[in-house]
Amino acid sequence: MNGSVILDRRRVLAGGGALIVSFSLPDAFAQEPQAQTPAPKPPGSLAKTPYLDSWIRVDADGTITVFTGKAEIGQGVRTAIQQIAAEELDVPFASLKLVTADTSRTANEGYTSGSNSMKDSGTAIQNAAAQVRELLIAEAARRLNVETENLKTENGVVIAPDGRRLAYGDLVASEMLHVQAQAKSKLKDPATYKVMGQAVPRVDIPAKVTGGAAYIQDMRLPGMMHARVVRPPSYGAELIECDVAAVEKLPGVVKVIRNGNFLAVVAAKEFQAIKAMGALSAAAKWREKPGLPKQDDLLAVLTSLPSQDSTIFEHNDPSATGQKTIEATYTRPYQSHGSIGPSCAIAQLVDNAMTVWTHTQGVFPDRAGIAEMLRMPAESVRLIHVEGSGCYGHNGADDAAADAALIARELPGAAVRLQWMREQEHGWEPFGPAMVTRLKASLDASGMIAAWNFEVWSNTHSMRPGGAGSMLAAQHMAQPIAVPPPKPIPLPEGGGDRNAIPIYKFPNAQVVHHFIPAMPVRVSAMRALGAYHNVFSIESFMDELAKLAGADPVEFRLKHLDDPRGRDVIEKAAQGFRWQKGQKAPADRGFGFAFARYKNLAAYCAIASEVEVNRETGRPRLVRAIAAVDSGQVVNPDGLINQIEGAILQSMSWTLYEAVTFDDTKITSIDWQTYPILRFDAVPEKIEVHVINRPGLPFLGSGETGQGPAAASIANAIANATGKRLRDLPLTRKRIKDAIDA
Amino acid sequence: MMSLKVNGRDHQVDADPDTPLLYVLRDELKLNAAKFGCGLGQCGSCTVMVDGKAVLSCVTPLLLLEGRQVTTLEGLGTLDAPAPIQRAFMEEQAAQCGYCIAGMMMRAQALLQKNPKPTDEQIRAELQPNLCRCGTHMRILRAVHRAARLMDAAALSSTTRGSAR
Repeated sequence: MNGSVILDRRRVLAGGGALIVSFSLPDAFAQEPQAQTPAPKPPGSLAKTPYLDSWIRVDADGTITVFTGKAEIGQGVRTAIQQIAAEELDVPFASLKLVTADTSRTANEGYTSGSNSMKDSGTAIQNAAAQVRELLIAEAARRLNVETENLKTENGVVIAPDGRRLAYGDLVASEMLHVQAQAKSKLKDPATYKVMGQAVPRVDIPAKVTGGAAYIQDMRLPGMMHARVVRPPSYGAELIECDVAAVEKLPGVVKVIRNGNFLAVVAAKEFQAIKAMGALSAAAKWREKPGLPKQDDLLAVLTSLPSQDSTIFEHNDPSATGQKTIEATYTRPYQSHGSIGPSCAIAQLVDNAMTVWTHTQGVFPDRAGIAEMLRMPAESVRLIHVEGSGCYGHNGADDAAADAALIARELPGAAVRLQWMREQEHGWEPFGPAMVTRLKASLDASGMIAAWNFEVWSNTHSMRPGGAGSMLAAQHMAQPIAVPPPKPIPLPEGGGDRNAIPIYKFPNAQVVHHFIPAMPVRVSAMRALGAYHNVFSIESFMDELAKLAGADPVEFRLKHLDDPRGRDVIEKAAQGFRWQKGQKAPADRGFGFAFARYKNLAAYCAIASEVEVNRETGRPRLVRAIAAVDSGQVVNPDGLINQIEGAILQSMSWTLYEAVTFDDTKITSIDWQTYPILRFDAVPEKIEVHVINRPGLPFLGSGETGQGPAAASIANAIANATGKRLRDLPLTRKRIKDAIDA
Repeated sequence: MMSLKVNGRDHQVDADPDTPLLYVLRDELKLNAAKFGCGLGQCGSCTVMVDGKAVLSCVTPLLLLEGRQVTTLEGLGTLDAPAPIQRAFMEEQAAQCGYCIAGMMMRAQALLQKNPKPTDEQIRAELQPNLCRCGTHMRILRAVHRAARLMDAAALSSTTRGSAR
């Protein structure tokens, strides 16, 4: 029998408790009667993966397992998802098992990125859990001969008015949950939430603070060997000579792999692999070619490269005319994800099936890339997500996974652990793209913005795999796979143009996206993508305009903003900061404010900052930052606060210190000495995050909403402190000092 | 073979004397807490204690450790019986990805053993060598303050118990 057992759910729900199990033909036929009027899709990732048992399984012993295609990357998603499932299933939080991104076990939810995990997976699991609970109640109603509305659930048990109880595990029959989700679920009333909305401690933290095996770096498979790659010294370098004989004789060395420009060594012990890597690196002779642009003139570089130009927003109202016009250009350098732990992966080829344990953000697309590189069918490749160090976007994770797979193929049966070195992560990760924005705006006689012009120049913000050509190993092997042509990420999410369209209401506005296909420096997705620089630019320029209008920055923003939720976060942050119109900061200090709604469709965030500037040295110091955030229904308030605190500090580090450096041939920022980031001496005195909860409203996702506002709020505070406007990131002490002295 | 004392136990280690302590801990002794971050002594994620002092295990060769006492995060407490510093980091939820946290905790532990009541400035100064990329710094600082209070309370209660006998 090919047809699966499918519960006729409509009849269950309509039929007053009669559970009818019917046999149904496979999907294509089953769907046919509905073909004329396409049924509304269930929400979140249920739309693509509709079967309830893809998300939730209930075993006869009562064990409940929840499956998410998203991955824990330090953002706390495991805990939040588990809270959602526990709430809607009505089971104790700790009783649930959670399986995350694994090509053999979970739904394909693409990448864990874009602040989309709660919107996609959280919503899917919330609805799946509610529908599973309904099915269990319906089954209990049938068995107990009680109306469904008279049954209640509690701690994994259905309870009848007369006290009879049936545990979920006793109720579930083999295929009972193998049904497609309905478009609508009977979700709980947020007022009754017991687990959602609580600051439940993160499930992953205990192991992390007691030396448990918490990361892929801590995985030890039986007989596991250690590999290191020797990367070319620069982009496009060719290996012209490499005598591997001496390296092969080194203690512990199992194999040296040379495949075109791909060089690697495998040894029994980790430090043996490192020593062999050093020897192999010394033995390799490369032909390098200069091809990098001028690092100190990115403005000219980016604006002179060929671009595909599109007007992404236009609004005209001839009745509004400007009196005073200003223009400004802002730049952002290439910036590094800067993961503290360099990328790592373990791969093992057994019986022509490749398994890769990886901290990639996208096990399914990465599998497609690795399968293509190895010329294997995708079904023979399995990717399992294991947590790594925080990635903040597309760092070396996917490349390390491909490296490990290419190496493990040469040693069938053996588990091979590939660990990148610090200089490899810094030198080879795909950076956050450099960007240029050019703004021009006019104020009318009343000091309102009459016309707004915004242009942004940028590469793509995603070269994530899907194809093998996105991975270094595939690019470097003897029969290389070409880097796929870059594509802009379409709006409304956008890439280089993410948040380029202003959220404010201007009578005349035009936004142009100059998409630059040529990528002289390897780039891809970094937390917030183009929104970081676009919000930095828009919110800096708003302050420049407020100054021109003689208006208070907070008041000026509110005057141009209709969105009530946006207004609420602005008012909340201003209130928390005790922002007052015309208020002067203490000597050598400045106050700054900024706001954005991430992607103009995710979480709202406003940040007020106080920055101190040492006029002698130019050194800026963030003294305090007060944020307000509206992320819709809050699942874990402490998790949300943790994300925003982190966003502010990370963005502050990007904004004040960070730029990838290079000469005409190679990347020269290859460690923490040459790519300095925030250290404790620059940590502010206080960060405060005010959460505006919106019970029952959709999850908005908040991992990236703070990046842009934090940058602009700090820049505005520096301008307020010094009277000088800095428009080129990073706002280093030297640039500040030069501006003060100018 | 070299002998090495880690978390109160003697180990015979089959590694070259130039092997950095980090790889001995991770590879030979199968300990997880000390992390590889840079191998250059720049980030602090490999921090452990040697004779009570915070040391960067990625740049400390095995040959320098003969007769010394090495303590890793595993040696402070366990999941079931966490040390004050571990309790403090859990209670403050002082981690995002957490990769840097074990190193932070070891450096803070070394500080608190030497100076049980550090000021905020002293904690910041002490933690300067350790990098965190997630931006968990505010929570780390709170957790170290909390650990100091917990250790103080523990010391106090053991003194009280002692005098009652």
